[in-house]
Formats: sequence, structure tokens, C-alpha cells
Amino acid sequence: MAIEVRIPTILRSYTGGEKSIEGSGATLDELFADISGRYDGLRERLIDEAGLRRFINVYLNDEDVRFLGGLSAPVRDGDTVTVLPAVAGGAR
Amino acid sequence: MLTISAELRAKILAHARADHPDEACGVIAGPAGSDLPERFIPMLNAERSPTFYRFDSLEQLRVWREMDDRDEEPVVIYHSHTATEAYPSRTDVSYASEPSAHYVLVSTRDPDADEFRSFRISDGAISEEDVLVQPE
Repeated sequence: MAIEVRIPTILRSYTGGEKSIEGSGATLDELFADISGRYDGLRERLIDEAGLRRFINVYLNDEDVRFLGGLSAPVRDGDTVTVLPAVAGGAR
Repeated sequence: MLTISAELRAKILAHARADHPDEACGVIAGPAGSDLPERFIPMLNAERSPTFYRFDSLEQLRVWREMDDRDEEPVVIYHSHTATEAYPSRTDVSYASEPSAHYVLVSTRDPDADEFRSFRISDGAISEEDVLVQPE
């Protein structure tokens, strides 16, 4: 079973420079747990005590996983998960 | 140093003025590795706020995928401050996630004066850089 996870530039130091890695799992949570076993430190950049980090966007195929149940979103063989840090900022 | 055409600089300033008093934001894409801004991509500020901006998440996916397909990268990421100086704030620094991008800040606090400055933000550090404006 293979789910592609596309990694943004700023997190490629955790994947040895790879922009795309593979993992498996029935949910996003399981997928990230699977990946964390092989890419040390990566999961902590995506998840905190409350769940998915607020300013990291995670997409399952063409949808934002916030609307699919977040970490409990089901994932399947052939899916593509894309990670993009939110582009944001402000006056203070 | 940021090298940018007068036309693109004017487009950023016009976008900021048009969205004032909300912060305006966007990207200028350029060929990967070229460090040359070429393609102006104004983005929706999903926060629609005078003090905060955030790219809409699905629009960001579409734009990032399009840049990838075209072998481009975000050379400039710009946004405006509407009541404060054109300098990266603490939140600007904490959310800066494209270490190769030039972060352009403009301020619309003064209706009669343009403020346009460029910075590199990496590992939490800000360094201001010169802007070389190329006439058409």
C-alpha cells in the first residue's frame, strides 16, 4: 500500500532532501505515525498536543483535511497527501 | 538584493492600496533557481483583516501546484501593513516558511507616500536587502 506525501521545502531537512515520500495507514494519523518511524522529527512539525498544527495546511488529494475530519480522515492506496506551511503574517 | 521590474513593483503597491484598510498579500513567481520575479499572483487574504493576512488554503494549493508544474518557485512573497511600518513583525517572522523567498513589505499607512522594502527571513532572523528597480 502506498500513499504519497509531498513535502514542502522547509521540511525536506527531515527527509534527506526528498520532496516526496511514501507511507501507509488507514487514516492520516496512522500515515503520519508510519512516516515518523522513518523520518525522525517530521511528525512533530505537523502535529502538536491539539492535533494538526494550525498553520500547516494538509491536503488529501484536492481537499483541505480540515474539512475531512483532520487526523481521522481516511486515506487509501493511491491517495496523495500534500503538506504546505500556511503563508500568513500580520502587523504584530 | 531583490531585482524587480518597475511594473511589478507598481502592481504590488496598487494591490495594497486597493485592499487598504485590509492587508493585501500575494506572490510573484519566477523560474526555479533564477531569483527573478516574473509572474504576479495576487492572493485573497482569507483573514480580510487590517492586522493579519493568510492565504486561502485551497488557493495556495492551486498556486503552489501551478508553480511546480511550470518549474517556478515563489520568488517574492508580499503583503502590506496598513497602519505600521513596512517591516516584518514577530508574526511575519514566525510564519515565514519559504527560506529562498524575498519577503516584500509595503505600508499603506500614509496615503501620500509609498513604502516598499524587501527582506530575507530565515531561521527566525530578518535581514533587509536592497531593492533594484528595473525600468521598463
